Amino acid sequence: MLLAVFVLAAPAAVLAQNATNAPAANAASNAASNSASNSAAAAAPAPGTCAALNNCATQTYPKDSVNSGDTAWMLTSSVLVLLMTIPGLALFYAGMVRKKNILDTLAQSFGATAVITVLWMIIGYSIAFTGHGKYLGDFKYILLAPLNGDINIANTDLAPTIPETVYMFFQMTFAIITPALIAGAVADRMKYSAFLWFMGLWLIFVYCPVAHWVWGAYGWLGLNTNGGLGALDFAGGTVVHLNAGTAGLVAALMLGKRKGLGTENFAPFNPAYAVIGASLLWVGWFGFNAGSAVESHDGQAGMAAAATQIATAAAALGWMAMEWLIAKKPTVIGMASGAVAGLVAITPASGFVNPTGALWIGIAAGIVCYFSAVHMKKALGFYDDALDCFGVHGVGGALGAIMTGMFASKAINANIKGGWLIDGNFGQMWLQLIDVASVFVFCGVGTFIILAILKYTIGIRVSEDVEVEGLDINLHGEVVQG
Amino acid sequence: MKLIMAVVKPFKLDEVREALVAAGVEGLTVSEVKGYGRQKGHTEIYRGAEYQVTFVPKVKLEAVVNDAGAAGAVEAIKAAAGTGKIGDGKIFVLNVEESVRIRTGETGAAAL
Repeated sequence: MLLAVFVLAAPAAVLAQNATNAPAANAASNAASNSASNSAAAAAPAPGTCAALNNCATQTYPKDSVNSGDTAWMLTSSVLVLLMTIPGLALFYAGMVRKKNILDTLAQSFGATAVITVLWMIIGYSIAFTGHGKYLGDFKYILLAPLNGDINIANTDLAPTIPETVYMFFQMTFAIITPALIAGAVADRMKYSAFLWFMGLWLIFVYCPVAHWVWGAYGWLGLNTNGGLGALDFAGGTVVHLNAGTAGLVAALMLGKRKGLGTENFAPFNPAYAVIGASLLWVGWFGFNAGSAVESHDGQAGMAAAATQIATAAAALGWMAMEWLIAKKPTVIGMASGAVAGLVAITPASGFVNPTGALWIGIAAGIVCYFSAVHMKKALGFYDDALDCFGVHGVGGALGAIMTGMFASKAINANIKGGWLIDGNFGQMWLQLIDVASVFVFCGVGTFIILAILKYTIGIRVSEDVEVEGLDINLHGEVVQG
Repeated sequence: MKLIMAVVKPFKLDEVREALVAAGVEGLTVSEVKGYGRQKGHTEIYRGAEYQVTFVPKVKLEAVVNDAGAAGAVEAIKAAAGTGKIGDGKIFVLNVEESVRIRTGETGAAAL
């Protein structure tokens, strides 16, 4: 598999080094510049200065100046985000499948963590977060080679006050959870070998490019002073959630519906696990959102944390209210799902909105995602998004990205022009829509191609007998006893 | 010898056991079962997907007694397990051909 990665990476290397010749398939941007990638544009600030960065107060940092407070926080954030996948997401999903598939569902999160960690180290970080390309990074950080010589260097473009090892690790945990989320759409019926291949290929060919576009220092889509369009995505509403959600939709369509859907009893084996998982997601998400401030020496991480908590609670109440009204009973899986929807929706907004904006985003997420996960899925009926990967993460991510355009406030984040409702900047809405559309299209096409290749080589769906008897015993040789 | 088989509501198990001990029944086998009679099941909802569950959790007791003790055992169970509501359960009395105590090899009434 590594050989395949390197062989396929060769054309990508050409791409990264020739930004001017990069494919123009993506949405045209009015600020797109075709300047040579190797030299910073004359107007770009020197690397390591605050003005060159996405999010910080107005101070200047000397190159490679590492701050112990920021580093301590970012190390903490990284493990919080790792906790979101193992065991947060693992339990959230596993509790909602039938008993015969619970171990496979856990194995998907666990195995994805292992595969993605290694690939991130080998190539992922390099192509996502380094270099000066508009669409892709370069290959100087293959195997994290620069870190072999000096553990004190910092990624001066993106995180000048923490060691680059920490920034790489922090971003690794995002790279881990994004593809792991897709497991929710393919639950109960995917071959484990195909799943692991899918995790690795999707990381490299979908996640890394999108992360580079939005968060790379020279990415064409995100907020930076090197020609980026200025779409706002603080912690990954589009890069992580819309991305994973779209992939989930495509994957669900390509795998087909589960046998017995609608006629057999698919009741969750253990909703208690799902609630425990959702709780771990809620707590861990503070590493996700507040950690995306990439520092802790001004108020930004704190406001992001406050916004996260407010939106999540509001969304849990919103879903609970809808369910109580329509289904007559507030379920515990429902309120946990509502909380997750709120977490997803506040993700792109967390470092840009004030508490009131967070409240509105949360309420909207709880209500909208309730309808998209429960009613829209049933009404449309042509896709089996088993655990609502698209219904919650896809729809919630897109909703959050668009509402970021509404509620972003330059009083909260001095690096932005502000949003529509707070600062009267309606143009931000267009940028958010471009972000959503670009990610949706690129991810949809990329996911389709990867799964088509896997489908016609090793096959992606288990046989009918295996699906009926259960994945745990057939794919892993293990069962939950009793 | 008679096999007394009863299906009762799970929370009544302890009460029934005490009543049987009082009636002189010295051994009991219990299993967790699912079933329905006139008591309907319930509806579960998970993210909008509704599942009509027809089977209700119950407990099945089985005890083998002498012919003479059968009527007393039945009465004991009936009194202890009843709540007056639908779903209280049923008691069946079956004939037993032979019984053997494994440890000693005793058969018949001596094995009970």
